[in-house]
Amino acid sequence: MQSIITVENVSKQYRLGTRDASYGTLRDSIVRSIRAPFSKSQSKKGNGVETIWALKDVGFEVKPGEVVGIIGRNGAGKSTLLKILARIVEPTTGNIKLYGRVGSLLEVGTGFHPELSGRENIYLNGAILGMKRAEIERKFDEIVAFAEIEKFIDTPVKHYSSGMYMRLAFAVAAHLEPEILIVDEVLAVGDAGFQKKCLEKMRDVGEHGRTVLFVSHNMSAITRLCKRAILLGDGQVLADGTAHKVASSYLNSGLGTTAVREWQDLEKAPGNDIVRLYAIRVVDEDGQLTDVVDIRKPIGLEMEYAVLNPYHILVPNYHFYTEEGVCAFVAQELDEHWRTTPRPLGRYKSTVWVPGNFLSEGTMIVGAAISTMDPVTIHFHEQDAVAFQVVDSLDGNSSRGDYAGHMPGVVRPMLQWHTEYHVKEN
Amino acid sequence: METLAELEPGKSPDVPQVLPPEPVVEIKASRTWLALNLKEIWAYRELLYFLTWRDVKVRYKQTLLGVVWVVLQPLMTMVITTIFFGKIVRVPSDNLPYALFVFAGLLPWMFFSKAITQSGSSLVGSANLITKVYFPRLIIPSATVLSGLVDYAVSVVVLIGLMIYYGVGASVHLLMFPVLIVLMTILALGVGMWLSALNVKYRDVAAMIPFLVQVGMFATPVYYPSSLIPEKWQWLMKLNPLTGIVENSRAALFNRPFDWLSFNISVGIAVLLLVSSAYVFRRMEKSFADFV
Repeated sequence: MQSIITVENVSKQYRLGTRDASYGTLRDSIVRSIRAPFSKSQSKKGNGVETIWALKDVGFEVKPGEVVGIIGRNGAGKSTLLKILARIVEPTTGNIKLYGRVGSLLEVGTGFHPELSGRENIYLNGAILGMKRAEIERKFDEIVAFAEIEKFIDTPVKHYSSGMYMRLAFAVAAHLEPEILIVDEVLAVGDAGFQKKCLEKMRDVGEHGRTVLFVSHNMSAITRLCKRAILLGDGQVLADGTAHKVASSYLNSGLGTTAVREWQDLEKAPGNDIVRLYAIRVVDEDGQLTDVVDIRKPIGLEMEYAVLNPYHILVPNYHFYTEEGVCAFVAQELDEHWRTTPRPLGRYKSTVWVPGNFLSEGTMIVGAAISTMDPVTIHFHEQDAVAFQVVDSLDGNSSRGDYAGHMPGVVRPMLQWHTEYHVKEN
Repeated sequence: METLAELEPGKSPDVPQVLPPEPVVEIKASRTWLALNLKEIWAYRELLYFLTWRDVKVRYKQTLLGVVWVVLQPLMTMVITTIFFGKIVRVPSDNLPYALFVFAGLLPWMFFSKAITQSGSSLVGSANLITKVYFPRLIIPSATVLSGLVDYAVSVVVLIGLMIYYGVGASVHLLMFPVLIVLMTILALGVGMWLSALNVKYRDVAAMIPFLVQVGMFATPVYYPSSLIPEKWQWLMKLNPLTGIVENSRAALFNRPFDWLSFNISVGIAVLLLVSSAYVFRRMEKSFADFV
């Protein structure tokens, strides 16, 4: 079958120095052009600006109807590739051929204006995304119904809750019907229920034969939506194959999430004049920092903090969320001594151990807090402080057993089974 | 659980089995100089319409008086200048009531100065669009200029009212008025595109524009007739493309003789600016997303 997308030797170079001072001044340019004819060495020096290749010789093909995930850690070149495909920036070399209309969704709600009503923003945003007016009119009711904002359609969107805003924004985007759809991590927003709806809508898109390129950190979304995935690293294609394989090799390479957050400046750290946070770390059994954990192994979460006022009973606690925003559980310190005793001044490190064979596979996002229970006071609550990936093996000795497919659920415990067997006696 | 991954590509009946023989879009590093892609701009005409509409709508949405401001601004300026220049300083006004004289000049001037001020910063102000969605960037400053034209049209209604009040009759010269509006728009587009494109890379431009506007206000016969300028400096006056527009607008409205020399100079400069700005814009366009 002929490819609908052909990417050949695409490279993109950025100049480092000039990126820093993201824009020049007229004076600089004038001075440079005056100097240039007189001092050749000067201009040569200017050409030696440090450059980086955000993408280097990237090439792949996509067949019509394929849904391809693009993964890689920050700075791997995902966004650059996406921006080139969406024609926002030009490649330095190479070429791309697209045999169909392209719609790109690098953000939802692009061009939304807070003063305009939901109705007006649907038209505006639709036009920005490349929809024809007649097309928007035809789909208008469907968009409003999808966003569940019928009552507020004529209210300026600045009065919307952030959830309503995102729903409307995504609703418009979800009704875009190009032959090729390029999607950035727009699913990282909204409440869990709506996210599910969005994922389903995207699945629909794929099933209706559209070609989709989907960039995400959300491995479960990638493996669920895409048959194929491309792993980028340092601007190059590191792996290209079935989504499950590429996603697991990505996770095993430890390129994923933030295992540590540290605050150098205590003034800016989360906290108040009673307690301040120094650091949050995800560690493995040996106390080593890690952001990828085998599902069978325990995971430690370290919280380092300073007590600045010695008259409070303090309870460190963690909130564990899945990538879909579902709270898996909350854990708080239950130490008999500290439950009843105010903590003296000093620097502390509290660690909680989440046992192996407990969490499900996927990303866990952890919020950290320290509270006092009586009266209930939250000294700080640092949401999304750290994150780590739990990976399941296919060795057969985790709770997955010999099943290799998708296993739903927030937890994946190893449970005791007991089967009784009676020989049937005739 | 059924997953997408289980679907074979191309299995669905909706898949276009036959792809177009030529790519719909081809992406590669562009050559340095490109001609305007008019076909593409035409394809995006609805976006131009919506962005213009947004500019107009947003501008007056949260103001109490809304569209009244469009009328009030030139009217207030007219009243003030009529008192100061007309009554106190006694600036001549080519035998027209000074209020009418100044209002007719103010409309194109205000359109032009607003157009270049707003379109100058339009691209930088639309960074969120430029870094997220592709469309011909030309649409952004163009929409700003066009939304100014809407304000202008409203003011023209007031001008007609004033003309009736002062009993200035219409004449065949009025036929030139639409031509001058087109000319004025082309000139504003040309300048606006130049300034907006330069402003992406050199933020100095934004600082320069208010100064440009101030110079333009004095160099254009808005508050005074160009006949006030001594004969030997007339040529300098006429090199300002706005002179041809402002003076000839009055000629068209008030049945005076046209100054074809200044008109032709205006046309020449406006076309030159539009064409050159289109090229410069296309050349700089591809790096907008990197700089904005």
